[in-house]
Amino acid sequence: MNKIETRNVNLYYGDFHALKGITMSIQENSVTALIGPSGCGKSTYLRCFNRMNDLIQKVKIEGDILVEGKDIYERGVDVDELRKKVGMVFQKPNPFPKSIFENVAYGLRVNGVKNKAFIEERVERSLQQAALWEEVKDKLKKSAFALSGGQQQRLCIARALAIEPTVLLMDEPASALDPLSTAKIEELIYELKNKYTIIIVTHNMQQAGRVSDHTAFFYMGELIEVDETKVIFTNPKNVRTQNYITGRFG
Amino acid sequence: MTHLDSELKFLKEELVAMHRLVYSQVSKCKEALFRFDNDISKEILVTEKRVNALELKIDRDCENILALFNPVAIDLRFVLAALKINSNLERIGDNAEGIARYVLDVKQPFPAELLERYHIKEMIDTCLSMLEDAITALENEDTAAARKIFLKDDALDQINRSVTATTIKLVEERNNMTLHFINLLSIVRKFERIGDQTKNISEEIIFYIEAKVLRHGQNIN
Repeated sequence: MNKIETRNVNLYYGDFHALKGITMSIQENSVTALIGPSGCGKSTYLRCFNRMNDLIQKVKIEGDILVEGKDIYERGVDVDELRKKVGMVFQKPNPFPKSIFENVAYGLRVNGVKNKAFIEERVERSLQQAALWEEVKDKLKKSAFALSGGQQQRLCIARALAIEPTVLLMDEPASALDPLSTAKIEELIYELKNKYTIIIVTHNMQQAGRVSDHTAFFYMGELIEVDETKVIFTNPKNVRTQNYITGRFG
Repeated sequence: MTHLDSELKFLKEELVAMHRLVYSQVSKCKEALFRFDNDISKEILVTEKRVNALELKIDRDCENILALFNPVAIDLRFVLAALKINSNLERIGDNAEGIARYVLDVKQPFPAELLERYHIKEMIDTCLSMLEDAITALENEDTAAARKIFLKDDALDQINRSVTATTIKLVEERNNMTLHFINLLSIVRKFERIGDQTKNISEEIIFYIEAKVLRHGQNIN
């Protein structure tokens, strides 16, 4: 089943045509990697799914973007509700200046959840899902800034998971991390796909190979090729895809 | 278990399954030859298609692992060894099929006395024993089991060297059975090849576990 669909999506930053006719489907409970050289439109495309591009001036979007069958750019769509359903994790870990516990509980509290037991249970579950619980369970009141970079990033993932999204957007989630933390994040992504639909932007092609089921190659705003990751990395159909993944350009 | 670990585990399971399939092919050759059973020979031919299909699948899986995971160290050695073990197993399967075809092509069973002169039973039993050692070595990562194969292969080589003289003598004695002698000579060669291919498998197992290259006459110890 397709969790997300885009049909002939064009996006403009003023006069600059950043996305050109992108038509693509993303399957439920899968990991899709978006790869391509810098400035090709990967992050722009990613931000379409939770309407983060709305926050950028002079952005114009054409085409259809459907999440769970519904056009998210229709009039009347509640963007806050959309962003609960479609969570996001950024390149640089960005924990709030709060305790570990409060970072994860924040989303619940702003959504009006007051039940203490419920919040505690949800915080624990989210930290377990993010493979962080065992490392922080005895120091939940400590500042999130006391954690290492890799732990902070997993905290940000727990924070996103706490409000029970169905889709997770990850914009180069491990690029600022050391190799061991990167490996932990990648294993986490592999486990999370059983419950979530994950789209990940990455510059690291080996990472795309390791974690994703499908890979989409973007170049200069166009979607060049999308296929099963094993096909993209063993026998891509487009010569530009082959040139990119073999390091011959980009 | 990481994603790569689960892929490698699955690859190993496929390799063991391929190994067992090929073992059963060689084992059926014994029945086919000694009972002159055409049904079993036909079974070997049919099963050969499965061997070939599994070889292609394992090759693809190795390719995918290399492309997607960029394995290094022991993981890389395992995938490289798996590619070669796979190829050797497929060729063992080809040899078993070839032997089955000889049984189907001849009109009469091979006389028991000739099967003995050509040491056929000894060759088959040695090949099967070597294949068993190889499965043990692969499943348990046991290089001692892998090394046992080398001496057994020497025994097969010795029989192979002796049968040319045996054949010349038999042709001089009874030239009305020349076709049988030629067929048996070819069958002995096929079993000798099976021995060589099993030895290749053991070399790859030692390479993957100990990172030692034993091809082309390197020290086995």
